[in-house]
Amino acid sequence: MKEINFLILGVGGQGTILAGDVLSEAGMVAGYDVKKSDILGLAIRSGSVTSFIRWGTQVHSPVPPKNSIDYLVAFEPLESLRMLDYLKSDSTVILNEYKIPPVAVSTGQATYPAQEEILRYLEQNSSRIIRLNATQRTQELGSVKVLNIFMIGVLASLLPVSPSVWEAAIKKFAPPKFLDLNLKAFYKGYEQYVKAK
Amino acid sequence: MKEILSGNEAIARGAYEAGIQIAVGYPGTPSSEIIENIVKRYGDTIYAEWSVNEKVAMDAAAGAAYSGKRALVTTKQVGMNVLSDSLLYTVYTGAEAGLVVLTADDPGLFSSQNEQDNRWYSRLAKIPTLEPADSQEAKDFIVQGIQLSEQFDIPVLVRSVMRVSHSKSIVTLGERKENPKTIGPFPRKPEKYNCTASHARHMHVKLEEKLKTIQAFADTSHLNRIEWGDRELGIITSGVVYTYAREVFPDASILKLGMSYPIPKGMILEFSKGVKQLLVIEELDPVLEEQIRAMGIAVRGKDVFPPYFELLPDDILKYCREAGISIRKSFPVKETVKPQNLPIRSPVFCPGCPHRSSFYLFAKLKLPVAGDIGCYNLGTLPPFKAQHTMGSMGASIGVLHGMALADIPEDRVCTIGDSTFFHAGIPPLVNMVHTGTRGTVIIMDNSVTAMTGHQDHPGVDWSVVPNRKAKAVDIESLVKAIGVGFVKTVNAFSIKEVEEGLKECLAYKDGPSVLITKGPCIFVSREPKPPYRVDQDICIACGTCFKVGCPGNVLSDVKHPKTGKFKAAIDPTLCNGCGVCSQVCPVKAIKPTGTASDSVQF
Ligand SMILES: Cc1ncc(C[n+]2csc(CCOP(=O)(O)OP(=O)(O)O)c2C)c(N)n1
Repeated sequence: MKEINFLILGVGGQGTILAGDVLSEAGMVAGYDVKKSDILGLAIRSGSVTSFIRWGTQVHSPVPPKNSIDYLVAFEPLESLRMLDYLKSDSTVILNEYKIPPVAVSTGQATYPAQEEILRYLEQNSSRIIRLNATQRTQELGSVKVLNIFMIGVLASLLPVSPSVWEAAIKKFAPPKFLDLNLKAFYKGYEQYVKAK
Repeated sequence: MKEILSGNEAIARGAYEAGIQIAVGYPGTPSSEIIENIVKRYGDTIYAEWSVNEKVAMDAAAGAAYSGKRALVTTKQVGMNVLSDSLLYTVYTGAEAGLVVLTADDPGLFSSQNEQDNRWYSRLAKIPTLEPADSQEAKDFIVQGIQLSEQFDIPVLVRSVMRVSHSKSIVTLGERKENPKTIGPFPRKPEKYNCTASHARHMHVKLEEKLKTIQAFADTSHLNRIEWGDRELGIITSGVVYTYAREVFPDASILKLGMSYPIPKGMILEFSKGVKQLLVIEELDPVLEEQIRAMGIAVRGKDVFPPYFELLPDDILKYCREAGISIRKSFPVKETVKPQNLPIRSPVFCPGCPHRSSFYLFAKLKLPVAGDIGCYNLGTLPPFKAQHTMGSMGASIGVLHGMALADIPEDRVCTIGDSTFFHAGIPPLVNMVHTGTRGTVIIMDNSVTAMTGHQDHPGVDWSVVPNRKAKAVDIESLVKAIGVGFVKTVNAFSIKEVEEGLKECLAYKDGPSVLITKGPCIFVSREPKPPYRVDQDICIACGTCFKVGCPGNVLSDVKHPKTGKFKAAIDPTLCNGCGVCSQVCPVKAIKPTGTASDSVQF
């Protein structure tokens, strides 16, 4: 099976870890060997969060070498720029364009990079960028809490794994109370990109 | 059955399968999720607790194992320093049932105050040590650890690292193997369990004999294995570094040590004879390298790799290339164009944190602050920059004592969290009382061990096991009972109360004084209050509210007509309504909205 490497970047509280768990589970169910490595920071919210997920026939290191990420799933534009050296030149970026300014920015000590600048850097380090305001999309669905699964939906539409596998993985991790909303978010994301094509 | 587990989930599973009955520890990243997962998944089968500190956990595990129960101790790497005094005697005594100590090290310093390599403890304490490379081994090595511990009558150390504990991989689950022992009266064997010098002399000789047997075991154990490949280069490695080495050298011959102490000398000799060049790849110190070199075998190691930080595949690649070690695998290359100086997203006190007001004050009063470890150490960062030392848990009070002994020409204080106070803060405070040194100890009581993920400690009436009764030890009574002459408890959310309390404490000259700033962590109360808002008509854009360093305080897009500066605003989805910023506003422009909380944190 072809090795596929993923990188998920976001801000603490956005549910990126769970997104990576669903992605790992789906890989295992689809028959891949899977490894995942999270960098969580402290228990305190609102720091940067990084997860590597690797699918392959036999995965050794939980952290892939640089220039080997096939898919970057960025939950926040500023965060999308933090690990560009890990992207393959023909990688795909899924970018949630909703900004969360860090304290240094909201208090005027630093400036948030301009949108064109962000896109320029992403373009120089990948071959395809899928831009969406996923936060707004999920607000329309009823809650930003399903942002993570919406993003997974967009990613899933690009991968050779059937929706039923993804559904099973989501069922395993989503709290029962929010399962329906999560599945709705997944399919919204899944169709979102298919439509955009 | 197969499941994807993190290293820490797998260790918890391993505790279950190993038949462990008692699991104790003190929280610390990256080890904390072990006890939490034991409670969550196997809480019906295994007794688990957060002990007051690592040493107490170690002694409790020893007592349980002496009594015949299988026991596990968990700690982060620096916790080993705290429990080491007890670790050393357990290696002399052994026990009636298996005893495993789990240390989670932190190469790369993701969340620790130092980067110590706990494999030195293997050699110092002479404790057999296993190093898992992934979640499967993390689980299996706990089971193995208990087996070895019972087979050789010696505790076993299992060393994880952040990249094992916080990575996930596929694990094949097994069944639980129960401890066959039943609990009877305590074994009266002072010659085995009382390390008085005359006994300990015999114990030490016996231990050295045991180690010889274990050494022989290591040479034949499946825990260690040679993977023959290309004979040009032979790599010796252990733990997760094996997976990095394999990534870079898919064809090389590798001797993978699952058991890194005692080292399998016979296997190492055989391996060294089978390859042209020998390279030891190990993170941090040359622990294996020095032992192998002492056998008279030529190896490369720390002349290639630095003795700090992780050795991820990219690092191995880089250092090997620099050292002229040939890499056959081709790695993808790309010219990366990277932005410079991206705004960092550094951790800050949460909106609604009870520590905020105190640090605002320390910054304002410009006091020298001996600091300690916990969320409150974020007071070191801007805008406060008000914690001037930090070294190890409980150190702040001893350092304050030393500042008093040095007789610095100013008032001085120290900060210490409630969990840290129970962990290691009581003896130094007793010391201050006894010697009568002057200084103010500020106990920041947020009713939880917050920084490591909100665990219980002896000051609260709940425990890691839901519904298990716990008695809260009252800090104020304890401090008074020690004999502190002046003790004041104030509401942590009121800057005025904290300031007045602090001034009274500083005025007390007859020995140490204690200020307890009491206010629950927002993750304990879990009751965000209605958010505050800035009245734009009143705001004078002075920027004072930013001095409380809260992510909820943001710039608005309204400019002050005279100064041209942006006025302040509050993000209602971040504000938890603590009101601290409203207390510092000079024109009273910050007011509660009274509308229900819409906090994203809950
Ligand atoms: C010996 C040792 N054990 C564990 C840790 C991990 N650790 C860092 S701070 C902390 C406790 C924080 O709790 P508290 O003192 O109540 O402060 P809070 O974070 O709640 O403000 C712990 C357990 C450590 N650094 N050293």
